[in-house]
Amino acid sequence: MGSHATVAGDPPAYDFDIVRKFSIMTIVWGIFGMGVGVFIAAELVWPGLNDLLQPYTGFGRLRPLHTNAVIFAFGGCALFATSYYVVQRTCQTTLFGGWLVPFTFWGWQAVIVLAAITLPQGMTSAKEYAELEWPIDILLAVVWISYAIVFFGTIVKRRTSHIYVANWFYGGFIVTVAVLHIVNSAAIPVTLTKSYSAYAGAADAMVQWWYGHNAVGFFLTAGFLGMMYYFVPKQAGRPVYSYQLSIVHFWALISLYIWAGSHHLHYSALPDWTQSLGMVMSLILLAPSWGGMINGIMTLSGAWHKLRTDPTLRFLVVALSFYGMSTFEGPMMAIKNVNALSHNTDWTVGHVHSGALGWVAMISIGAVYHMIPKLFNREEMFSVKLINAHFWLATVGTVLYVVAMWINGIGQGLMWRAFNPDGSLTYSFIETVVFSKGGYLMRFIGGAFFLSGMLIMAYNTYRTVKAANEAAATNQPVQAPAV
Amino acid sequence: MDAGTVGAISTVLVTIAFFGVCFWAFSPKLKKRFEEDAKLPFADDEEQKPTATQAKNNQTDDDGRK
Repeated sequence: MGSHATVAGDPPAYDFDIVRKFSIMTIVWGIFGMGVGVFIAAELVWPGLNDLLQPYTGFGRLRPLHTNAVIFAFGGCALFATSYYVVQRTCQTTLFGGWLVPFTFWGWQAVIVLAAITLPQGMTSAKEYAELEWPIDILLAVVWISYAIVFFGTIVKRRTSHIYVANWFYGGFIVTVAVLHIVNSAAIPVTLTKSYSAYAGAADAMVQWWYGHNAVGFFLTAGFLGMMYYFVPKQAGRPVYSYQLSIVHFWALISLYIWAGSHHLHYSALPDWTQSLGMVMSLILLAPSWGGMINGIMTLSGAWHKLRTDPTLRFLVVALSFYGMSTFEGPMMAIKNVNALSHNTDWTVGHVHSGALGWVAMISIGAVYHMIPKLFNREEMFSVKLINAHFWLATVGTVLYVVAMWINGIGQGLMWRAFNPDGSLTYSFIETVVFSKGGYLMRFIGGAFFLSGMLIMAYNTYRTVKAANEAAATNQPVQAPAV
Repeated sequence: MDAGTVGAISTVLVTIAFFGVCFWAFSPKLKKRFEEDAKLPFADDEEQKPTATQAKNNQTDDDGRK
């Protein structure tokens, strides 16, 4: 078999405009979503903040705004930006789809803006991570199908014979999210802003958590693993540790994740065997998760010294460490006995954020720092020192957040199930709230650290783009970037 | 067919599929092909192509992993 990596002729001029747009919006929505997160974290420490502008600023109204903004606006824009970048460069062709390409950008931004308008008004289908009401759901489905056409169309017209593994992960993520969104959002509309789920009772709960957990597995994992398989090798300057392992990783991960959702419904009305199945599949999931993490980290073997000087690479590698940590914690929490302690406590919130801040955000930030100079014809970011400052703020912020939630979560779990000898509860609920206050403050500080890192990133990016524009305006030949 | 039988059959099929993927991915015949495929991210990148020395070092590292 000949070399798969080479094609005849030079690579084409890629469509980088769309990648630039999504990259910039990744930072903008990151600040917005995390800003709302820090605000609602403050509400838990200083409850008076809930009344700032009732009912819009109540925790219950703003919490779905936070989750939608960070997952779909920040994470989504990062996925669009990197997938469009990676698919073009590894297929050595321009994007397929013509006007559909800008449509995915403006459509996606429209969904986010509509979410920001409707959610604080209390318009919600009350399904976690799928709160948007039916007209927005339909728009989202149309945008997503356009995304699939652009992405797979580009793969079809590729000039390389092989489809690089990152594109397999992106492809798996796009197909599965389409299926999940369309099935779970099936609803009977009553008015323009109100609908009821097409499912009822325990079946509704099962469909919701099949969706909910696979939103984690495919939106927040498979897509970002696609990012990992391109940007870690690129930034480290060496091919992935084992390409064979990456193939096993892909098939094992996508075939296992889809079964694990019922671990969100332990000790509920769901049939017992379904709960056990979710628990067992979650435990097996540890194997592909760690296989992928090891594959990413070992890519650096022989290049570890680069971590000393390259904060972008550090973002990518620490992201993998947090990925390993949260994919160990997740299966552990899916064990029914552990879940009996952790369920509904802050431990769950900590687990999510160790994945969301530590893995998803950090790998995205690393990827954006890698792309920005290349997208704007610069040799490197305006300031590598500021990337380093961002790295430490993000890392310390995540650790503060996760540790605070571990303390709170385990404490709450133990207090809630403590009984007196006569069978009455040892602690009233308010006693557990009082216990949690210190952790809430620590979480607020951790979140503020992470958010301030994002502000530094915005400034660094602004200066990089400004310098690029100035260089273009004065027609100074810039040093050729590594295109 | 009751649920137990369906469960047993699907368990066997999934196991076969999993080992099939493993054997295919790790078959010695395809090793060279996958090593080439792994270099795809660097293929459109003249400047970042590993130099002769780097390539040699990589080779040494790869040998060390075997």
